Amino acid sequence: MKLVDHFEQGLDAPICLTWELTYACNLACEHCLSSSGRRDPRELSTAEAKAVIDELQRMQVFYVNIGGGEPTVRQDFWELLDYAIAHQVGVKFSTNGVRITPERARQLAATDYVDVQISIDGATAEVNDAVRGPGSFAMAYRAMENLAEAGFENFKISVVMTRHNVGQLDEFKAIADKFGAQLRITRLRPSGRGADVWNDLHPTTDQQLQIYDWLIANGEQVLTGDSFFHLNALGSTPLAGLNLCGAGRVVCLIDPVGDVYACPFAIHDQFLGGNIRDAGGFETVWRTSELFTSLRQPQSGGACTSCSAFDACKGGCMAAKFFTGLPLDGPDPECVKGNAESALALVGSGGALPQPDKDHSRTGRTRPVVLGMPTLAVGAPDRACDTSPLAGLR
Amino acid sequence: MSERTAHRTVVDTDDTAIEEDLLVEDVSIDGMCGVY
Amino acid sequence: MACAVSTEAAPFDPARPYALAGSVSLRPEQFGALVYDFSTRRLSFLKSPLLVSVVRELAQQPDVTAALAAAGVPGAEHDRYLRALAGLAETGTIGPRAEEEQS
Repeated sequence: MKLVDHFEQGLDAPICLTWELTYACNLACEHCLSSSGRRDPRELSTAEAKAVIDELQRMQVFYVNIGGGEPTVRQDFWELLDYAIAHQVGVKFSTNGVRITPERARQLAATDYVDVQISIDGATAEVNDAVRGPGSFAMAYRAMENLAEAGFENFKISVVMTRHNVGQLDEFKAIADKFGAQLRITRLRPSGRGADVWNDLHPTTDQQLQIYDWLIANGEQVLTGDSFFHLNALGSTPLAGLNLCGAGRVVCLIDPVGDVYACPFAIHDQFLGGNIRDAGGFETVWRTSELFTSLRQPQSGGACTSCSAFDACKGGCMAAKFFTGLPLDGPDPECVKGNAESALALVGSGGALPQPDKDHSRTGRTRPVVLGMPTLAVGAPDRACDTSPLAGLR
Repeated sequence: MSERTAHRTVVDTDDTAIEEDLLVEDVSIDGMCGVY
Repeated sequence: MACAVSTEAAPFDPARPYALAGSVSLRPEQFGALVYDFSTRRLSFLKSPLLVSVVRELAQQPDVTAALAAAGVPGAEHDRYLRALAGLAETGTIGPRAEEEQS
């Protein structure tokens, strides 16, 4: 059996996973995959988080990617970071840079088994701040300067590719080179608030080819989180990575309230495996949940299996299909052969798209107009302590 | 140390026979989809 | 693991004792094992359970050749496995053990 077959059937423990520590965030990025902004009152306590780390250690999960929201706004962030590292769980945390002061940068540079990833979505403030908010580029850039100054080698700079920044690929690389950092580019998914801006922000067909070509030319030093395997059909050289959907098989998400989803781009009941607070904790969810068990069965490629490119693209991204209203056993909305176009047109005339389970946005989301219903009005900002389930929604 | 990007996976149909013979395969820790 | 493992890149010598490097974690799987080096952040898959047995035997055996025998690697496969082990030595996944291995 090939290695990839073993992965598709799932392993006894994830290879690595994403752990969103909090839904609180100082920013309100337009495309936020987790619809973050306000803390959820049910978030895991410090003790509960440490218990998760203990489990991960026992399961020999080597490595977690910690994010959010903005993970560093949790009071216990640094304590949890130290705890993970002391328990043989390596950490890479993803941040907008808000707490990466020169002193913190020096501490981090002196700490083993921790990696830092700074998020930007433009190589200039103009492009970046249009998506991430005024001042966000300057804040991230300052964090990068602090890390470089402190001697933190090879931190990550992570960029989500959009219609407005594909032309800046070389500039992103230059920023990474300047700081001795490593560039990471990833795919925009219609997840969380991403669904609201998907039509405007996702790369065009021409731009997808641009991205693919650029990766082939520069891929040696650039990371992708294996997020572009849907582009493999554009050429004969597959992009680097496992080239498979790892959701529920080799990766998953633990969210701030302990819910375990197949992946961070699929925060929806349909992809919820269980909760770490249930009896048996994370390990039981990973090993025995109905959802994950079903994801580890052979999946139907459906309409895609007859396509010559299927082996290369595997039908694309489950979350991208789900949140654009497409069937999971059909083409990806960005199918490079254009096979999704008719299916998408059908969706457009139909009912509402699946909405993410959770919305912790600080202000009302701007939803696309559906069936004559008015667009959501932007309301007053909510306090972080506002626990009303209707807070921020109408 | 920079993370090396993945070697081609066993999925590559052209080189399947050759790749399967290798006893060790390296992959980037970043090489899994669905992770930040 | 208490034995000292050198991290210098010396040429791979099957007549010498080896062991898994201290910074490396090995997680057995059905297909073989996942191997993660915490210092280099390099992730590898060992694609044969037999290779995993060899790697785990290393620390207990006086040299690599003995480890191959202890794990039951067929003679015809020895070269293939030695090549794999040489590769692991090159990446620092395994390293020469101090000659005086004490508990």
